[in-house]
Amino acid sequence: MGKITDGKVETIDYQGFQLTTLDKAIGAARANSMWPLPFATSCCGIEYMATMGSNYDLARFGMERMSFSPRQADLLIVAGTISKKLAPILRQVYEQMAEPKWVLSVGACASSGGIFDTYSVLQGIDRIIPVDVYVPGCPPRPEQIIDGIMNIHALVKEESLRRRYSDKYKSMLNGYNIETDVK
Amino acid sequence: MSNSTITNEFALARLTAKFGDKIISAETPFDLLTIEVPSADAHEVIQWLKEDEVLKMTYLTNLGGVHYPTEADREFAVVYHIHSLVNNYRIRLKSFIPLSNPSIATITDLFVGANWMERETFDFYGIIFTGHPNLTRILNEEDMDYHPMRKEYQLEDDTRQDKDNRFFGR
Repeated sequence: MGKITDGKVETIDYQGFQLTTLDKAIGAARANSMWPLPFATSCCGIEYMATMGSNYDLARFGMERMSFSPRQADLLIVAGTISKKLAPILRQVYEQMAEPKWVLSVGACASSGGIFDTYSVLQGIDRIIPVDVYVPGCPPRPEQIIDGIMNIHALVKEESLRRRYSDKYKSMLNGYNIETDVK
Repeated sequence: MSNSTITNEFALARLTAKFGDKIISAETPFDLLTIEVPSADAHEVIQWLKEDEVLKMTYLTNLGGVHYPTEADREFAVVYHIHSLVNNYRIRLKSFIPLSNPSIATITDLFVGANWMERETFDFYGIIFTGHPNLTRILNEEDMDYHPMRKEYQLEDDTRQDKDNRFFGR
């Protein structure tokens, strides 16, 4: 019989066999090779650049490949103030990403409008697109952004392969008037 | 203007000699000559300043609007900052226009750079620059239905519900 080693993977007498579920295998593959799309508009973007740079080094987590095309991106990282005029563009970028896709909202402005409680600024990107993880801070330090990305990784690893087909997910997207590309 | 060859007194005397009564008021806050002219004459005065052989005010530094909601029939001011590159000399020129008819002649025929400044002033204050080639919104969303820097509108986003006004002094 197999022995449970860390709760996720079983081996048979350590003889080179591993048993796991397809969900977990695919989740691990997705989480350890995410292609982020940085949507950086202001000071949070500078912190994000530091996160990408050699000191903090996102590449440690399999994320060295920034995808500046939404078609090939898995993770949308929104870092900075989003004005109302920019909102339709952000929404279009999100819609162009293929499933499965995740969103990380970096900083107070992207999460809630921050100090810009004014007529021209979108009061949080979750008014137009669904957000998976929020990173607080004004701007957050690179450690905080990495913590947010670790939380994204935890979500990705645990996500059921059926989630994107579920009625709950589709109705959540419908709440944002976004059509899903999962049929 | 410390390094200028032209003094405020000289410039004002030259303007008064040319326009006389059209100079409604003149003062020098922070040593910057500031004159008020009727809105109907602003274009003519600016054109003369640009073409005058002595003053040579050939550069439009800035153009903007102000809203004074309590001043009857003088609700809006259009402020021009005009600069002479040759003489290193500046003038500020103001014209007041009423809320009932917030329009003034464009100066895009004199300064091409006024194009976007007038669009911005229109965008935020609703001031109509008659004769402007493309007086549309420049910074705000195209479908915005008000002019947000007018003081009858609140600055804050009115769709936000998570702020307790008591903690923000309002």
